[in-house]
Amino acid sequence: MTEATVVPARATREAYRDRLVAQLAEQAKLICLDTDTGLFGGVDFGPAADRYVNLGIAEQNLMGVAAGMAAAGWTPYVNTFAAFAAARAIEAVKIDIAYNALPVRIAATHSGLAAGHLGPTHQALEDLAVMRALPNMTVVVPADAAAVEAVMEQATRLPGPLYLRLGRKATPAVPTAEPLVIGQVQMLRPGHEVVLVACGPHPVRAALAAAEELAAEGIEPVVLNMHTVKPLDVAGLCAATADARLVVTVEEHWRGGGLGSAVTETLAEHGPVPVVRVGMPDTFASYVGGHEPLLDHYGISAPAVAAAVREHLPRFSPPANPRRGGHPVVDPNGSGRVRREVEQ
Amino acid sequence: MTAVLEPAATRAPQSLAELTGRARRIRQHIVDVCTGGEGGHLGGSLSLVEVLTALYFDVLTVDPERPQAPERDIFLLSKGHGAVGLYATLAERGFFDPAELAGFGRPGSRLMAHPVCAVPGVEMPTGSLGHGLALGVGFALAARLDRSPRRTYVALGDGELQEGSVWEAAAGAAGLGLDQLTAVVDRNGFQLTGVTEQICPLEPLADRWRSFGWAVREVDGNDMAQVQSALRAAPWTPGRPSVLIARTVKGAGVPFVADRVASHYVRFTERQHARASAALRRQARGDGDD
Repeated sequence: MTEATVVPARATREAYRDRLVAQLAEQAKLICLDTDTGLFGGVDFGPAADRYVNLGIAEQNLMGVAAGMAAAGWTPYVNTFAAFAAARAIEAVKIDIAYNALPVRIAATHSGLAAGHLGPTHQALEDLAVMRALPNMTVVVPADAAAVEAVMEQATRLPGPLYLRLGRKATPAVPTAEPLVIGQVQMLRPGHEVVLVACGPHPVRAALAAAEELAAEGIEPVVLNMHTVKPLDVAGLCAATADARLVVTVEEHWRGGGLGSAVTETLAEHGPVPVVRVGMPDTFASYVGGHEPLLDHYGISAPAVAAAVREHLPRFSPPANPRRGGHPVVDPNGSGRVRREVEQ
Repeated sequence: MTAVLEPAATRAPQSLAELTGRARRIRQHIVDVCTGGEGGHLGGSLSLVEVLTALYFDVLTVDPERPQAPERDIFLLSKGHGAVGLYATLAERGFFDPAELAGFGRPGSRLMAHPVCAVPGVEMPTGSLGHGLALGVGFALAARLDRSPRRTYVALGDGELQEGSVWEAAAGAAGLGLDQLTAVVDRNGFQLTGVTEQICPLEPLADRWRSFGWAVREVDGNDMAQVQSALRAAPWTPGRPSVLIARTVKGAGVPFVADRVASHYVRFTERQHARASAALRRQARGDGDD
């Protein structure tokens, strides 16, 4: 996708790096623990230089050290690839960090298929499933650089751990009128009958582009940016899908366990609303290619989202007694439309 | 209660008689807990008693009245299955009423079979092996950045050293030059199903730690004077973390289970409890073992 934007394209991991360097100067008890990722190469930390520590290629140790420091009153940001954070180091994340509800911020780069031609050893298509299973964990997938900065600002007031899912290469800014608030779904496009729920730079833009494509055919999907996968904005999701015939989730993750599963579980309990999940099929990537060719190849793209809507929408009839008539306008805050028995 | 705890370096050493008396009482608590009920990890709790006693009654700067005192030292039981020994020590030190030990592992008790932070004095939950040393590196690094005199002690099992994460942390601690950190290896020679050297050899253990950049001392880990002297003197080499290889006897103090693999997890009958208690009384009188 090459649409012109006012804000230049920027990698979420670079936005993270630059914001963290600024925060280290502002917050005395903040520390950056690295595992030789190279992300901070050439960075001048100035007076905060003793609060950047490269622990070497040892991700289990990274999580344990971070937990120890957090228990001693520090707030560590730890850097590693998503593949290593959510797999190799997961027991330390579970026991040392999540169990103790410690304020460790896990900055996980190269998420999804972002590692591209580096292959499945470096791709992370299970991390959302793993991280959202852990009590106390907050799981956020910023869709652009501005979202990263908003999350990091709000993270200064977050008492527990944070999994911050980041990409690798530059991605365009996502147009949004609303400020990002952790735990609150953002409505990017109003519509009716069909709701596209996405997270992450490429899925969100794929959902927006698919919506424009479908609009030309008379289908006007709502597009939601569900940047916070945990805690899921149950009330916001239920409000936005109250009149939906079909919900389609879009994520850069295996179809099992991630955003699609979180949305499906919620709507099965509170809807019910039919859900179709667009994401990585149940396979390791065997196709060699860069990030975007891989997304296209495995169907995490605007055409794939539009095709899913065209294929599945006819399966589900319009409700016999629509609760709000035929063409609801979704209230992005959703407060007036949430059923009172919905659990948060 | 003083506002700020006196650091160990300026405190007079605790007398050997006091420490050995405490160790005997802690052993009795352990034997009591491992009788009836769910039983407990007896052998690896008994082997570490001298280390725990020397730490909590002499070396560590801690205050049972203020378990979270900011100036306290940190102890982490990385071999979390030794929880019975840790709980017995904490209770004897006054962190909670020793009567509570009777509830160990029973429904409704906070004394979970692996340490949990709900128990006063427990710093971090442990039990999955191979976590404690990295946590200790974190506490020690924090102390250094805070310019705090705090020292951090981590007790590891010898079988636990088969976990690779221990060596990630060992390398990391040496690389950072964390001489605020002291590890103790409870070298009792056994793991769950047998002898460490027959399952996954650890020797030459001192050389292994030395090659990772640690200052190493080896002592008889059930000799209170040796343990106390070594732990009080750490760090032994400025700029290096210290590791005390405590050569211990699994089940130490209870002759009919000592140095046996079966001592790992025990549920004594009342008759066995009486026999173990009698042995502890004889040792207190100086009559020797049976």
